[in-house]
Amino acid sequence: MDLDFIQKYTPMYIEAGVITLRIAFIGILGSIIIGLLCSLIRYYKIPIIQRLVGIYIELSRNTPLLIQLFFLYFGLPKVGIVLSSEACAIVGLIFLGGSYMSEAFRSGLEAVHNSQIEMGLSLGLTRYQVIRYVLLPQAISVSIPAFAANVIFLIKETSVFSAVALADLMFVAKDLIGLYYKTNEALLMLVIAYLIILLPISILFSLLERKLRYAGFGN
Amino acid sequence: MQDLGISVLFQGKNFIRLLGGLWITVRISLISVIISILLGIVLGMIMTMKNPVISAITKIYLEFVRIMPQLVLLFLVYFGVTKAFGIHLSGELSAIIVFSIWGTAEMGDLVRGALVSIPKHQYESGKAIGLTNIQIFRYIIIPQTVRRLLPLAINLVTRMIKTTSLIALIGVVEVVKVGQQIIDASRLSVPSAALWIYGVIFFLYFIVCYPISLLATKLEKVWKD
Repeated sequence: MDLDFIQKYTPMYIEAGVITLRIAFIGILGSIIIGLLCSLIRYYKIPIIQRLVGIYIELSRNTPLLIQLFFLYFGLPKVGIVLSSEACAIVGLIFLGGSYMSEAFRSGLEAVHNSQIEMGLSLGLTRYQVIRYVLLPQAISVSIPAFAANVIFLIKETSVFSAVALADLMFVAKDLIGLYYKTNEALLMLVIAYLIILLPISILFSLLERKLRYAGFGN
Repeated sequence: MQDLGISVLFQGKNFIRLLGGLWITVRISLISVIISILLGIVLGMIMTMKNPVISAITKIYLEFVRIMPQLVLLFLVYFGVTKAFGIHLSGELSAIIVFSIWGTAEMGDLVRGALVSIPKHQYESGKAIGLTNIQIFRYIIIPQTVRRLLPLAINLVTRMIKTTSLIALIGVVEVVKVGQQIIDASRLSVPSAALWIYGVIFFLYFIVCYPISLLATKLEKVWKD
């Protein structure tokens, strides 16, 4: 182990870690929005759009992110759509994450019993109020475990972005291995960097899941 | 214009080569899946033991493998092991090792979950009607576990196949790499090859994974208690 080397290149890893985190954050936020929209569309069975959403979900869930990225980054410029590697990464992550989030939310929505919604309506709540005060609070608490798994999954998937020349953690590690042949040090720092990012999130979510009170109405 | 870009697929043996690459992808995932299922069942049974040392070790293994991105694991084995021990592992072998390590962890957790989800009274009722331990497992526990497990295990197969796309990044010549070769070879004759080739690979993955995940969803519905 070459400690000087580790010390010298730690700032590079920190910088790359920040990029990884930033893209993951934007991507996950986008995925949540897309996922929420898609799950509501499928839940309310809005005609035609529902079909399209279904196709999108199957396409995105059954193909690897790497191929989606290659298509965005190398394929699309051929028809005149040029995206920077960062834009590609974010679009790719949202395309992938949207469907996973949608499935997580949908399982939550479907766990809320129909009678709850009917009760809400019969109490004179508007449709919006039913969603806001009856449906979502219960659905969210049910879908938290799947949601947490998806967040960690999406952060892990960011490691693929090095393949479209985004200077993330993987990219830096690969660079250092190629430049200085310090494989052990570079890989050790890579592992530690991912542990620092993901371990707290993983622990936080498992604490949250333990604390979570399920809205268990009538069962 | 480039509206004939798709023709690159039918030049020479390009499409056959892509399918050959796809087969390598699928083969690596199948080998890893079989190893993962076998070892995962063992791991899952070990994890239900109440020995604190064993449960600590398995927990650390599980957490580590699940937290590390698969690409990092691939790098660790492909570059790290080679450097640290001086053994040369081929890309394909390191891929199988990594996916087996990862798959065993995931499968082990699924098996553990399925075993734990079977209520205690099932064992007790078995005993009460005079079955031996082997009979309890054979006729009561295993059939119920399999029903809970199989849809999840099938989902793991599609995840495995999708993750296999990463091995192009450690230099294994599979469907993505073959695609890149075709694109490079026809850079001048068909400039829009990248769009078509990656589009085709996208659908190839879909065609492989979709039926499998459909099967998982169907089984889940059929076997819902």
